[in-house]
Formats: sequence, C-alpha cells, structure tokens
Amino acid sequence: MNKPKYVYLDYAATTPMDQRVIEEMNAHFKDTYGNSSSLHSVGQKAAQTLVKSREIVASIINANRADIYFTSSGTEADNIALMGVALKNQKKGNHIITSAIEHHAVENTCKHLKKSGFDVTFLPVDNLGLINLEELEETITKNTVLISIMFANNEIGTIEPIKEIGEIAKKHDVIFHTDAVQAFGKIPIDVNEMNIDLLSASAHKLYGPKGVGMLYIRNKGIREGWGKYIEPIMFGGGHERDMRPSTVNVPGIAGFAKAVELAKEEMPKEIERLSRLRDKVIDFVLKNIEDSYLNGHPTRRLPNNVNLGIRFIEGESMVLDLDGQGIATSTGSACSSKSLDPSHVLLAIGLKPQEAHGSLRITVGRFTTEEDIDYFLEKLPPIIERLRKMSPLKKGKNH
Amino acid sequence: MEHFKNPRNMGEMKDADSVGEVGNPVCGDLMYIYIKVKERDGKEIIDDISFQTFGCAAAIATSSMITELAKGKTLEEGLNITRDDVAVSLDGLPPIKMHCSNLAADGLKKAIENYREKQK
Repeated sequence: MNKPKYVYLDYAATTPMDQRVIEEMNAHFKDTYGNSSSLHSVGQKAAQTLVKSREIVASIINANRADIYFTSSGTEADNIALMGVALKNQKKGNHIITSAIEHHAVENTCKHLKKSGFDVTFLPVDNLGLINLEELEETITKNTVLISIMFANNEIGTIEPIKEIGEIAKKHDVIFHTDAVQAFGKIPIDVNEMNIDLLSASAHKLYGPKGVGMLYIRNKGIREGWGKYIEPIMFGGGHERDMRPSTVNVPGIAGFAKAVELAKEEMPKEIERLSRLRDKVIDFVLKNIEDSYLNGHPTRRLPNNVNLGIRFIEGESMVLDLDGQGIATSTGSACSSKSLDPSHVLLAIGLKPQEAHGSLRITVGRFTTEEDIDYFLEKLPPIIERLRKMSPLKKGKNH
Repeated sequence: MEHFKNPRNMGEMKDADSVGEVGNPVCGDLMYIYIKVKERDGKEIIDDISFQTFGCAAAIATSSMITELAKGKTLEEGLNITRDDVAVSLDGLPPIKMHCSNLAADGLKKAIENYREKQK
C-alpha cells in the first residue's frame, strides 16, 4: 500500500487549520487591523467583525450573541468560569463540585481554589467514565455554588449526561459550567435545552487558530448580566464588557467564527463519517490484537475518539514507533511529562497504573481519510508485536 | 533513537547465569538484564548479556546501550558502569529520562550481585 504523506491521528491534541479559515484570517489581518474599541471607521469595522463573529459562534450552541465572551484560550475560559464564580459567590457558599476526569485547565484551577480555602468535591466516575447523577445530587449542599463537569472527555471520549446535570443544577439553583473544548462543534450542544450557564470552548480543536477561545456566560438578569454571579479575574480596559480586558484579537476571532461556520455546516456528515472511521479502528484492534481493550464508553463517545489499552507494553514506545512510520498518536502514559504518573483519567476509570501506561489514543478529524486508517491499521500490529517481544511482561505473569 | 529503533541484545536468555530485575510496571518501567559469565585468564567476564524491557523509548534505548557497554567486560568493570556512562554513550538524555539510565545501571549491578551471591 502507498504510504500517505503523514498520518495525523491526534486531533484531540490540536487540529491543523482549515485552508478556508486561513484565508478568512489573512483577509482580516490585512483589512481589519483597527482596535474594536476605537471610534474611527477602521476601529468600527473591527467592531462589526466582532459582532458578526459573536453571532456565528453563539448560533452553534443556541446562545444569545451577547452572552459570548472571547478569550485567549479554553484554559482561560475555564479559569474565568471557576475563579469568577468562586470569588463572586463567597458569601453564598464555598463549595464546588467537579469530576475526577477533568482536563487540567479545570482540575488544576479547582486544586488552586481548594488550596485557597474553597471546598472542592471531585466526583468519581464509573469504569466507562460517567459520573453518577444520584451521587452528584447527594453531594450538593446549601454551600454549593458551582458544578463544573466536562461535556466530553479529552482522553477517553466519554460524553457526560450534560442535560441531566443541567436539570439537577437548575433544581438546586447551582451555577453549571461545562468545559466543552472537545465537544464544541463536533456534536450538538444547546445551552438552553441543557441548562448550561457557563461553557468553555476553543478554536484550535476545530480547525481554527490557536490562542482563541470563548466563554459562554448565560445572562441571568437583563440588567445585571454576568455581574450578578461571576467576577472578572483580569483587569484592564473595558473589552468584552469588562469581563476580559485586553485589545481584542479580531482576526483570530474572525477565524474562530469561520471555523464554527464550517463545523456547523459539516457536523451531521462528519459525525457519521468520523464515527465510521472510529469504529473501524476499534473493531479491527479488538478483533485482531490479543490482550487489547477499549477505554471509555462503547456508545456514549465522541465520534472522533479511540482510546485503546494494549497490555504488556508501554504507550510512549508505541507513539514513537508509530511516529517513525509517519503516524501521530498519543498516550496516557506520562513518561514524557514531569510526573511519570500515568493519566489521572485512566486511573479514575479503574485502570491499574501498568494498564494506564499501555494506552494509545487515536483521534480522527476532518482531513483523516479511509486510506490513513488503513495505513495505520497495517502498521500497528507489527509495532505491538515488536514491543511485546521486548517486554518481560507476559500473559499470566503477575506484576 | 538508534538504540530504540534497533535495540541490541534483546530478548530472554534461557540459560543465563543470573538475572537482574529492576523497576516496577506501576511506574511505567520494568527491566530484566540477563548475563552469562565465563572465566578467562583468571577473570570473570560477561560473556553474553541480553535484556527485556517494558517501558518508554529511553528505557529501551538505555537497556540496549548497557548491554553493549557491558559485553566482554569483567564483572568488576560491569559494576563500575554508571548511569552517566550510559547517558553519555547515547549522546545525552533529557533530565526527566535520567532515571532510565539509572535503571539500566542498577539492572546490570543486580545481575552481577545475584551471580556473585549464587557463587558463594
């Protein structure tokens, strides 16, 4: 089989930009250089671009345009949501509920809040990665001010019961934030139907530019707006209605809006196509590779996510071997990061550390073809075989 | 990278005189170093050596390198191979991966010590 140029199967980490987004941004870099706060016509042109972009980004989650606040990233959006609500509601209560499998942007912000004296509950998940709704409801106290549960997990792709969480939050009058960085633009999201108060998203997971994100903040009172329940964490000029100061990145935001427009158009078709590629990988591996298993939920799963457990070998070796064949993947084995601890997500779903070290994440996207997947599935088995030959771990040998 | 892609002396040694087991799969690495010892001119020489490793690329590369460094050496020389010798021979390792070279040096040491223990 002919080798494709480079097979990128790490779309959950980041995506290549869509050419149409690049063209849109290039035009804005040239023509929309004004500061959107300026009174002159160049500034007003930038302000107009912002209004239009807000409209497009809002439309994909059925939100009001005025409730979209652009940020520099999904991480920043998560920080504003968590810190902003915690700081503003200290008199009401200091309890925050989140899950054990959040992205570090939420996890570490919660840990920081905990260190600062807030009471944080990290809800466990079952072995498929789902939180337990009854447990969530039981955990709510009169001091609970915020529930932050991710829409879909970045490692194992499990989609949480967001609508049900929204109902519980509404019933108990608790603010509900969801980190939707992985789900946004990939699967349908409706902030009204799902009772979401705060939602974080990022452009670079959606074929848009890096360095652009947004926070949706439901306006819970026409006059007070966000001021009622969330406090800014950065101070400066009055940009983004005093919520997020700093001169607005208009070309980046126009690119984000273009990316959202394209995602909206292609979503139904892409869900079907990507799910098929995803299932092809899962079916092949489970059928042909001994001692392999799927991490995450078999059906409540992002259309583009595969996370495999391959016994007796270590993930980083697989990733490097695959890279040697021109294929990009990722692993929950953290040998490459500072801690050497395997992924907290894989441990939270009950994997043993040595199992978590043997995980391989494959995430597909807009530019993934059937040929790419065939090439990957041709290269994977010999790599696993080679590494297993090297490994002292074997079936029936306990460690 | 070369020692990860084409590791030397890889595999289980069925008739090894001694095995050094180090690491823990819980931490993401486990290494077995097998040695076969022969006497030559009154000295005990590492006549053959091989490894099996569960671990990242650096762990595999350091395993391979230590077998290259130790082959043909006396037991005394083998004991004196340090993690720095391994790292230097591989043209350096990132700081976070230095524990891998430690593991390899410890594996060899353990194999040699086990061998001496058996001889007593």
